[in-house]
Amino acid sequence: MPTIKTQTLTHVYSMGTPFESVALENVNIEIAQGEFVGLIGHTGSGKSTFVQHLNGLLLPTSGRVFLDGTDLNSSKKLRHEMRFKVGLVFQYPEYQLFEDTVYKDISFGPRNMKLSKSEIDERVREAAGFVGVSEALFDKSPLEISGGQKRRVAIAGVIAMRPSVLVLDEPTAGLDPEGCESILKNISNYRTATGATIILVSHSMEDIARIAKRLIVFEGGHIVIDGSPEEVFSQADRLKSIGLDVPIATDLATRLRELNIDVPECCYTVPQLRDAILSLKKEGTRC
Amino acid sequence: MKPIIQVKDVVFRYDGEENLPPVLNGTTLDIIEGSFVVILGHNGSGKSTLAKHFNGILTPDEGCILVDGMDTRDEARLLDIRRTVGMVFQNPDNQMVASVVEDDVAFAPENLGFPPDEIRTRVDEALKLVDMYDYRLHSPHLLSGGQKQRVAIAGVIAMRPRCIVLDEPTAMLDPAGRHEVIGTIKRLCRENGITIVLITHHMNEAIDADRVFVMSNGKIVSEGTPREVFSNVEALKAEGLTVPDTAELLYELKLGGFKFPEGTLSLEETAQAIAAALK
Amino acid sequence: MLKDITLGQYFPGNSFIHRLDPRTKLICTIIYIAALFAAISYVSYGILFITLVICVAVSKINPAAMLKGLKPLTFIIIFTAVLNLFYSKGGTELFSFWVFTVTTEGVKIAFFMVFRIMMLISGTFLLTYTTTPMALTDGLELLLNPLKKLNVPVHEFSMMMSIALRFIPTLIEEADKISNAQKARGADFETGKLTERAKALLPLLVPLFVSAFRRADELAIAMESRCYHGGEGRTRMKKLKMSLSDILTMVFSAVFLAGIIFISRLGL
Repeated sequence: MPTIKTQTLTHVYSMGTPFESVALENVNIEIAQGEFVGLIGHTGSGKSTFVQHLNGLLLPTSGRVFLDGTDLNSSKKLRHEMRFKVGLVFQYPEYQLFEDTVYKDISFGPRNMKLSKSEIDERVREAAGFVGVSEALFDKSPLEISGGQKRRVAIAGVIAMRPSVLVLDEPTAGLDPEGCESILKNISNYRTATGATIILVSHSMEDIARIAKRLIVFEGGHIVIDGSPEEVFSQADRLKSIGLDVPIATDLATRLRELNIDVPECCYTVPQLRDAILSLKKEGTRC
Repeated sequence: MKPIIQVKDVVFRYDGEENLPPVLNGTTLDIIEGSFVVILGHNGSGKSTLAKHFNGILTPDEGCILVDGMDTRDEARLLDIRRTVGMVFQNPDNQMVASVVEDDVAFAPENLGFPPDEIRTRVDEALKLVDMYDYRLHSPHLLSGGQKQRVAIAGVIAMRPRCIVLDEPTAMLDPAGRHEVIGTIKRLCRENGITIVLITHHMNEAIDADRVFVMSNGKIVSEGTPREVFSNVEALKAEGLTVPDTAELLYELKLGGFKFPEGTLSLEETAQAIAAALK
Repeated sequence: MLKDITLGQYFPGNSFIHRLDPRTKLICTIIYIAALFAAISYVSYGILFITLVICVAVSKINPAAMLKGLKPLTFIIIFTAVLNLFYSKGGTELFSFWVFTVTTEGVKIAFFMVFRIMMLISGTFLLTYTTTPMALTDGLELLLNPLKKLNVPVHEFSMMMSIALRFIPTLIEEADKISNAQKARGADFETGKLTERAKALLPLLVPLFVSAFRRADELAIAMESRCYHGGEGRTRMKKLKMSLSDILTMVFSAVFLAGIIFISRLGL
């Protein structure tokens, strides 16, 4: 049984007004437990609207959303409970920190779950560990710590709910290369340790290419491509026509093939391209 | 080839941080008029703090900053300095003062006391330069990030500055917005001769620069043309930075025994160099 | 959700009212409010109501939007009605229970009060619907300029107002985002007693305030970078000019007010 399933999911904003717009139309997706999915699409493609349906923040205009076989919207109570099973981390999550101390802010989610004090404590420490927030910061005010640390605290706040599905919207936005690397590694570790399903929404082809195992491309409220990174990036022209970037490695590979260098079509990271070129050298190429 | 901004041995600490190492620790550099300069550095390297020194928002504790020969600590010249060096910041929303695009672009010339007709001319000129003239009567909050930043740039151009400093202007934008903004500033440099100082940690944005400065721990640790700077991959990695993907690939291949001409950097050059080496 | 609030919003248009100088509209709104308080009978209220309807028609603003704007204020309107209904004295008693007495006078006064409030709010809305926030602040600044001689910081107030107006939609959007982020962690803004719900607003209000301060800081630096140095020596790209329509409108409004006061004196 798929963990997440949507059936003809449609969402229309401001229906019946002059500002009516169709954000999602007839979206059918199935995502299995433990998958690492990347959602790509430019602003307005529907990807952000889509993820807000997964934890019940938005109600479908029509169609259904299932979590582990249960219809999310069959009752208000159920929808509320789903928020704890599908953890959603918004863009620039550090802007939502509000408590007096880092510890209290991370514990906000578990407290809303009405857990025992000891359970809450365990979860806070576990979550902080996953994102690299040291316990020395627990008593500090979230306003005192650095931007990078704030973001980690915000992500820990969602992980502390131990969601079986973790959705992150542009988790590396605004971070420098080192920060990006670190956050993506934390997310990978979380998945390995807990078997959680990860859905990463991003513009950054490079980020997605590095860690997602399945890519879903949104355009105009529809899914236009759904497959492995190899499958998706081998359609570079199609991606560009939609207005999306491809990783530079993909562009390079295309150019090399135009110059008669036989690198495989599906190269999309620098290490892959390097290995392909090195192996060509070993074979001793010729024009 | 005169420098329009000169930074001489600047040391700076924020108030309340007297016990910590200085954010700017002996920074020295020159920005040559008419050039496209990129300042790279990881978060915390001091690059944003340095940017705020360029137009006198912050002033150094030691050393000095000269803008077209004017010392930024000279309060009497502050307005002249800010007319010469305009600044665009990271957050597109927090630079907009008015509820209508053209009113916002008019803000700077209004502050400078120009007559209404002159302001009108400058506003129209600035909006056309950033390709946002059609949006002049729009409300800023309905624009995309890239459009908002272009309006912010127009707001600065309306002062007719000789130099524009942009502090991570694309950090909060999607790829389309990033292309718009970087394309706009490159054009302003090439076609209108405005000196551009771009502060960023997106390595790919530095490939076309005339000069690159790498900052770390409040100091300039490397400078030169992009080709010179990015060929030193080891040193950059040691500073917690990466290099453009093309440079990364060439470096890895060199470790595997390949040889490439010095200074290969752009996509086309890289492809050609690899193709040549394999033949 | 929050985005549907039409409070204080501007509806673009080119009607006669849109084109009037903001100072004219401000002064006429004040005259209108004065007239509302001078009116004491069905006749004068009726005249005022018809005048309002005519103005709304001329402005080509959708009446449905006006009514929608009144929605958030239903609580105040009902509260006023109830208060006057139960606490007015005089006239014949209709019925009473416990401490409360309802009289004919009470009903009449409650009706007038509600009517007056709705007219007041609608009239003010007409002002904001037909005048951009910028024009409003410019007009207000020009009207208050003479106070500068008394050291009143007119320019600063005006700048504060126009910046606040510019940020209202941005802050509303941010409040929406923060609210969603906290809901995603299980925050509940809807259930519970009044005190619980007030406490539940902290995760929304604290980040909003923090963010507002941060914005203010960044905006100040951006403004200084664009050579802002207070009101001294500042010029404007768009200068307000009174036209014949403006002068005639104001004269007419003044006469109108005099008329209302006159017929109120006559007991109508």
